Amino acid sequence: MKRFEGLAKLTGAERYVDDLPADGGLGMGPMLWGMTVRSPASRGRVKEIKFGKSVDWKRFTVVDHRDLPGPNEVYLIARDQPVLAGTYVRHVHEAVLLIAGEDREQVRRAVAAVEVVIDREEPGLDYRAEPTADVVQFRGEYGDNIFKHLTINKGDVEAALRSAPIVVEGEYETGAQEHVYIECNGMIGWIDAAGVVCVKGSMQCPYYVLNALKHTFQRDEKGVRVIQTATGGGFGGKEDYPSVIGLHVALLAMKAKRPVKMIYDRGEDMQATTKRHPCHVRIRTGVDRDGHLLAQDISVRMDAGAYITLSPVVLSRGIIHAAGPYSCDHVRVDGKAVLTNSVPYGAFRGFGAPQTIFACERHMDVIAARLGLDPAQVRWVNLLRDGQTTSTGQVIRAHPPSKGTDRVALMERALELGKWGARKQEHAAFNSTSSRLRRGIGVATFWHGAGFTGSGETYLKSKVHIAGLPDGRVEVRIANTEMGQGTTTIMMQIAAERLGISVDDVLVAVPDTHIVPNSGPTVASRTAMVVGRLVERACDDLLVRRGMGLPAHVSGASPEAFAKNPTAGPNPSREIIGEAIYEPPPGIHWDDTTYQGDAYGTFGWGAYVAEVEVDLRTYATRVTDFVAVQEVGSVINPVLATGQVQGGVVQAIGWALMEECVWKDGAMANSQLTNYIIPTSDDVPPIRVEFFENPYPYGGKGSKGIGELPMDGPGPAIANAIADAMKDIGVEPNRLPITPERLMECVQRAEVAHAK
Amino acid sequence: MRSDDGHMDVALTINGKPVSVRVPAMERLLDTLRYHLGLPGTKEGCGEGECGACTVWLDGLPVCSCLVPTFQCRGRDVKTIESIDPASLAPMLESGATQCGACTPGVVMTACWVREHPEILKTHTMRELLAGNLCRCTGYDGIVDGMTRMLDNSGGANGKYA
Repeated sequence: MKRFEGLAKLTGAERYVDDLPADGGLGMGPMLWGMTVRSPASRGRVKEIKFGKSVDWKRFTVVDHRDLPGPNEVYLIARDQPVLAGTYVRHVHEAVLLIAGEDREQVRRAVAAVEVVIDREEPGLDYRAEPTADVVQFRGEYGDNIFKHLTINKGDVEAALRSAPIVVEGEYETGAQEHVYIECNGMIGWIDAAGVVCVKGSMQCPYYVLNALKHTFQRDEKGVRVIQTATGGGFGGKEDYPSVIGLHVALLAMKAKRPVKMIYDRGEDMQATTKRHPCHVRIRTGVDRDGHLLAQDISVRMDAGAYITLSPVVLSRGIIHAAGPYSCDHVRVDGKAVLTNSVPYGAFRGFGAPQTIFACERHMDVIAARLGLDPAQVRWVNLLRDGQTTSTGQVIRAHPPSKGTDRVALMERALELGKWGARKQEHAAFNSTSSRLRRGIGVATFWHGAGFTGSGETYLKSKVHIAGLPDGRVEVRIANTEMGQGTTTIMMQIAAERLGISVDDVLVAVPDTHIVPNSGPTVASRTAMVVGRLVERACDDLLVRRGMGLPAHVSGASPEAFAKNPTAGPNPSREIIGEAIYEPPPGIHWDDTTYQGDAYGTFGWGAYVAEVEVDLRTYATRVTDFVAVQEVGSVINPVLATGQVQGGVVQAIGWALMEECVWKDGAMANSQLTNYIIPTSDDVPPIRVEFFENPYPYGGKGSKGIGELPMDGPGPAIANAIADAMKDIGVEPNRLPITPERLMECVQRAEVAHAK
Repeated sequence: MRSDDGHMDVALTINGKPVSVRVPAMERLLDTLRYHLGLPGTKEGCGEGECGACTVWLDGLPVCSCLVPTFQCRGRDVKTIESIDPASLAPMLESGATQCGACTPGVVMTACWVREHPEILKTHTMRELLAGNLCRCTGYDGIVDGMTRMLDNSGGANGKYA
C-alpha cells in the first residue's frame, strides 16, 4: 500500500497547525499569537520583571505563574518542572512569562520589551564532573545532583577482571543532538462553549498533553481535550515538550478568553526544547586472546539537564543496551543521570541506546586492534546465539527458531554486501599510495529492545477501539500519531488484513482524546508492534460482537468475510466497538528492583557496514558506502520500512560527523540551520537496506520495532571506519560528532603519543 | 506604493493569476502566501534560507520565499506548490519521497524545476541539485529515486543521474 496521506503531503494540501486559517478552523474569530518570555540566565532568583514603557500593555494578555489554576508542575515522571518559573530559574531559556496579542510582530516587540532580572547563582554545566558544593541543587536518594542511579549485575565482574589475561579500557563520549523536525513545535489552545480546555497541534503523545492539562487545570478527562494535527516530524522531540506548549497556549486562552496560537520559530525551538542526552561511558573489559568477552565493567553518565523529564527511562534503556548483543558471564553496568543547569534533555530516537551502543561498538574495535584480530572476528565469537543470556539474564529466544536470520547471519550478510575483505585490501593499497586521502571500513552489530522497557507496557494498559460503522466500513481509534513514520498506513493495512476487507474500507480516526482511547504514546518503536497487535485483537473482538466469528485466516474456520456482510450482527444501525487491552506476552518476567529478567518482549537486531574517505588536508570525513542489514520481525510495508532505515541512518550520520551543539553559558550558541549542520542529499551515499524477516508472534502482523534501530549502528560503524582509515596514524575517534576539528585533535593526540 | 501605515500595495502574478495585495513593507513572500493569500502549501522550516521548505519559483527560478520581501515581487511571476499537477507526482509517492511532509512541498518545487530543465543534469547530479532542500525523514534515497522516476516519465533522464 502507498502512504495513505502521501499525495496530500506531496501537493502541500496537508494542513499542519500553522497552516490552519486565521480562526484556527474554530469559528471563534481570529486567534491571538502567543509567545514566551524566557530566562536570560542558567540559574538564579528572579529579582524583578521589568515591562518596557514602549509597549501599550493593555493590548496584550500576560500570564505568569500566579495565573495557574492548579499545581505549577508539568505532569510527567516527576513533578519538578514548573509550567512557568516563579521565583527561581534553573536553566537558560526557561519559560517565565507568556504574552498574547493580535499581531505576531507586535507580540515579538512586546516580548523583547520585557526584562527578566536574575540574581545569578553559579550554574552547574559539566555533567562529567562531581558537583562542587556551590552547584548542588538536588539531594536525592542517589547522591548530590544525581536524578537516577541504576545498576545491572551479572556474575562476578571484579573476579573475572582479575583473572582475565588482558584488560582493555576505554572512554567514549557523545554529544547533544537536536531533532530538527522540519515543522517546528506549535499549538492552538481554546476554551470551547462547554468550558472544556482544548489544545490541538503538533505532537507525538496526545495523552501526555492531556495528563498535563488535567493536572494543572485540575480537571477530569471530560474537562480537557487534546487533538493532534498533522505533525511534521518528531523523532522524540515532540514526546514530552508539547505538554509544556499545550499548557502555555491553554493558560493564555483561558486568560484572554480567545483562542491562542503559539508557533515556535527555528531559533526558539532549538534553544528551548529538548535534545539527545550527552553521555560519557567508561569501559573495562576482560578478554582472552581469541577475543572472547570475559568481563564487562561499564559506567555510564548522562547529562539530564535541569529537570528530570524522561531521563530515568532514557538512562534505563541506555544501561540495558550498554553491554551489546554479546554473550558475557560477568557484567556490571552502572548508570547515572545527572542534574545540570542545562536546558533539559529529552527523548530522541534511540532513547539512550545509541549513546551506550556507540561506546560498546567502538570499544569492540579497540579490543580487536589490541589483540590484532579482525573486528568482525571479535564480534563473531561473542554475538548472542539463541539460548544465551543478555546482561539482565534475559534468554534470547527465537520466535520461531531464528536459524538463518540470527545475529551472526545478519553480520555475515552485511560483510558480504559491504565486500569486507576485498575492500580492506583495496583500501590498504590505496592508502599506501595516497598522500591526502585515507579510506576505511567499519562494522557495528547491535540491538534495540522493542517497545517499553521492563514492565512499562503492563503499567500502561494500552487500549484500542475498532468501530464497525453502519455503512460497513471500520474506523481504527488509537491515540498513536502519524508524524511521518507511517502509522496511518500501517494501521489501515493491519486492520484490513485482519478483517479481510479492502484498505479503502478502513478509516483511521484523528487522534482526539474525546474520541480515541489511550493506546499509549507514539514512542519506543512500539506502534506497529504493540498497538498494531492490539488493533488485530480489537478487530477480532469486533467480529465476535457482530456475531460473525473470527475470519478464516485467524480461526482456521470457514471464511466469513466481514465486508461482504456489513449489516450482519445485532444493531447494524449504529456503530459497534471492538476493543482490546494490552496483555504481556506469556513467559515475560522483569524485576525492576534487581534489573534482572526480560527487559523487552523482543529485540530488533542490526549489522551495519560503513565505508569512509578522510581528507588529510581538511580532516573532513565522507561516508562513501553504507550497508544496513536488520531483522525487525515481519516487514509490513517495504517502502515505509526502507524509508525508516534510510532516514534513521542519515540522521545518525549527522550525529556521527557534523551535528554539534555549541554551548555558551548553558545556551545553544548555534541555534540556526546555518551553523547547526545536518546532512544534505549531497553529504550521504545511497543507503543500501536489506531486511531479514522473522515474524514475532506478539507484534502486529508479526512486526517488531523498527524506527529507532537505524539510529544505533551508524555512529560506531563510521567511527570504526575512520579508525581503520587512519590506523597508520593511530587515531582513536572515541567522541561524537567527529567533526574535522575533533579529528584534527585526534591526529594531534596520536602524534604526541607517537613522539613519546 | 508605500502608504502612511507602512503598508505597500503589490501587484504580482501567482500561479498564473493576477493578484494585488496590501502588505507590511518588509513582509516575507512566504508570509504573504501563507497568511494573506490562503496558500499554506508552502512551508516554513528555518526562516533563513537554509532548509528550502519554502521553495517557490520566482520568474521561473526556485527561490526560498522566506528570503524574498513581497514588495520585490511587484510585476513578477510566482509559482507555488498549489500549481503542481498532482498526477505528475505519482512516482514520488511510490518511491517513498515523503514521510512527515514538512519539507516535501519545497522538495517537489525543486524536483519539478529539474524536470522542466533536464539539461542541468549534464553538469550537476540530482543529489547536488537537491542539496538546498533539507529532509530529516527519508535519508534522501526515496526522493532521489522518485525524481529519477519522474524524469524518466517525462523522458528527461533515463534513470542515469541519481
